[in-house]
Amino acid sequence: MDFTEDQINRYSRHILLQDVGVEGQEKISRGKVLVVGAGGLGAPVAFYLAAAGVGNIGIIDGDVVDLSNLQRQIIHFTPDVGKPKVISAKEKINRLNPDVQVTTYQTLLTAENAPEVIRSYDFVVDGTDNFPVKFLINDACVMQGKPFSHGGILRFDGQTLTYAPGAACYRCLFHAPPPPNAVPTCSQAGVLGAIAGMLGTIQAAEALKYLTGVGELLTNKLLSFNAKTMDFRTIKTKRSDKCPVCGAHPTITQLIDYEQAACDIADRKKH
Amino acid sequence: MAKITVNGKPQELESATTLARLIALNNIVQPDMVSVQLNEEFVQRERYEDTALKDGDEVDFLYFMGGGRC
Ligand SMILES: [Zn+2]
Repeated sequence: MDFTEDQINRYSRHILLQDVGVEGQEKISRGKVLVVGAGGLGAPVAFYLAAAGVGNIGIIDGDVVDLSNLQRQIIHFTPDVGKPKVISAKEKINRLNPDVQVTTYQTLLTAENAPEVIRSYDFVVDGTDNFPVKFLINDACVMQGKPFSHGGILRFDGQTLTYAPGAACYRCLFHAPPPPNAVPTCSQAGVLGAIAGMLGTIQAAEALKYLTGVGELLTNKLLSFNAKTMDFRTIKTKRSDKCPVCGAHPTITQLIDYEQAACDIADRKKH
Repeated sequence: MAKITVNGKPQELESATTLARLIALNNIVQPDMVSVQLNEEFVQRERYEDTALKDGDEVDFLYFMGGGRC
C-alpha cells in the first residue's frame, strides 16, 4: 500500500508511534470492522475508526435518528432527526475521512443474517442496547472464530470485554440473557451521555489494537467502571469448560433469536 | 471466620457461608441481574445454595449491562 503525501500527513500521529508506524497504519487501512448499532457506543466507535483510516467500516442498524438520541449519539446531528441512522453515520464518516469505505445495513442483526454480515469483517464491535443481539453477536462470532468487543452501558456504569478465539466469550461470564425486563435498558433507566463516549473509545482502541497487533487485548478480562467514583476495575476471567457455546460440549450450535423484552419493542415502535 | 474478597473489597464471613447467603448479605435485590464468578470461574445459579465459601475466596458479582445502541 502506497500512502499519498496527504495520507502520510493525515495519519502522521499514528505513524509517529513506534508500535504503529507506516506498517501499522497500512494494517489499519486494510482493516475491515463491523459496528453493530449506530447509537451511543457505535457513534464514537465509528467516528474514531473512521478518523484512524480503517479501510472498511460496516454499520448495521435498523432505526432512524430520534431527538432523544442526540444527548450521546454524537455521529448524528439535529438535522438528521428522522433519517436512518446508518445513512446519517455514513454521511459523517465520508466527510471526516474519504479514505474510508462504508457499507450500510439498514436492518436489525438477526440469527438469519448474522453469519453472512459478520463473515467479511476482521473484527466486530457490539454497540447494541439489548441482550438478544449481544448474545447473538457472541454466538455468531464464536462460531466463526471472529474476534469482537462487547460493550454495555447503563446509568453511570460501563463494561467491556474483548473476545478472541480461545479466550473467554461473553457466555462464559453470562450464560444466558437475563429474563426480559429484569435489567432495565438505557431508554428505561437513563444513561449519562459521556459514558457512551468513555466506553465506545475503549472499544475503538481495542479494534485498532487488534488490527495493528499492538499491546494486549482485553481478552480474559472484564473491564468495568463507574463514572460516579471513576473507579475502573478489571476482573480476570477465563474460558469456561461448561460454556454453552465455546465450552467442551457446546449445547448451542445454531444461532438464536431470543425474545425481545416486550416494553423494549413497544418503546421502539414509538420512534 | 472466613476472609474473602467481594468485588475487590475484603469481607469477613462466618464460616460455611454459602454463595446464596452472600448474595443476600450483599443486598443484591435482583439476583437475576448478576452473574457470579468464584475464583475467576463462572458459577451456575443452581449451585449458589451448595457452594460454601472458604478463606481466601474471591467473589465477583458481574452485572448485566445492556445499553449501548440506545
Ligand atoms: Zn464461552
